[in-house]
Amino acid sequence: MPASTAGPEAQSPVDRSEEKAFGFWIYLMTDAIVFALLFATYVVMSRGTAGGPTGLELFHLPRTFGETMLLLFSSATFGFATLAARARDGRAAVLLLLLTFILGTGFVAMEVGEFRGMVAMGAGPDRSGFLSAFFTLVGTHGLHVSVGLICILVVVGQILFKGLTEPVGSRLFRVGLFWHFLDIVWIGIFSVVYLPGVL
Amino acid sequence: MHDASAGKMPTARSYLTGLALALVLTAIPFVLVYFKLLAATAMLLVIATAAIIQIVIHLKYFLHINLTDAPRENLLALCFAATLIFIMVGGSLWIMFDLHDRMVTPFEQQPPSLH
Repeated sequence: MPASTAGPEAQSPVDRSEEKAFGFWIYLMTDAIVFALLFATYVVMSRGTAGGPTGLELFHLPRTFGETMLLLFSSATFGFATLAARARDGRAAVLLLLLTFILGTGFVAMEVGEFRGMVAMGAGPDRSGFLSAFFTLVGTHGLHVSVGLICILVVVGQILFKGLTEPVGSRLFRVGLFWHFLDIVWIGIFSVVYLPGVL
Repeated sequence: MHDASAGKMPTARSYLTGLALALVLTAIPFVLVYFKLLAATAMLLVIATAAIIQIVIHLKYFLHINLTDAPRENLLALCFAATLIFIMVGGSLWIMFDLHDRMVTPFEQQPPSLH
């Protein structure tokens, strides 16, 4: 590891961005553990409906499928934005990132709509253990996606004002890791929460 | 190399392959559950299998993690996280469901008490 022998000023920008990518990867792994424990909590609590509404009454599969598609296609458009940035095509990268942002915003909007509908019909997080765990797990993911959307806007701004410099490219790469990671967590959510919930 | 930490260089092909496979692996469980085509146990099995395969697909085609040329430290961190998750999630579920089973067993079915 070069970091242990040389100070940061002795390293090339490429070494530093690789180190940052590795550090970010470690963060993602810790985040995966947080989500895994929220999943475990949900599975334990999922039968604790306290006489309130169950997943069968609350979950609407076509909406979940729509959310899944938005997030999946946003993951693909982010991938193409990464490719465009690597080909030094800043314009295409910005357009693809904005498309990713729109898809991600659509996802958050659908989720907020779902939460509002549930709270309005008396199925808020305070109704039962099942719903507390549901809102905690799905809400934590939604918050992560919202933070990801802000990061996408920041990177778009940096590409526009600073150009595709080495630090900007390295930030874009890390936001991409975050975004693809959130899509993987969503696979867990629809496979553990929504699909078994309506069986 | 710009992103040696990402393992192999991503290509448009890898993102499109990943997208196509992910679409199929998402569609299968949703269609089966929506039209109720299987019994509940078989359905859960298909959902779990499709999810695990899709996670591997995402890791490979979107995050470009694979067993041969991904950086060693990244793989190590991933394996360590997976081990922790297995112990903590598996342990929590084991303990909580065991406790649950003991709590809801009707009084008559419990082993005779000592007095």
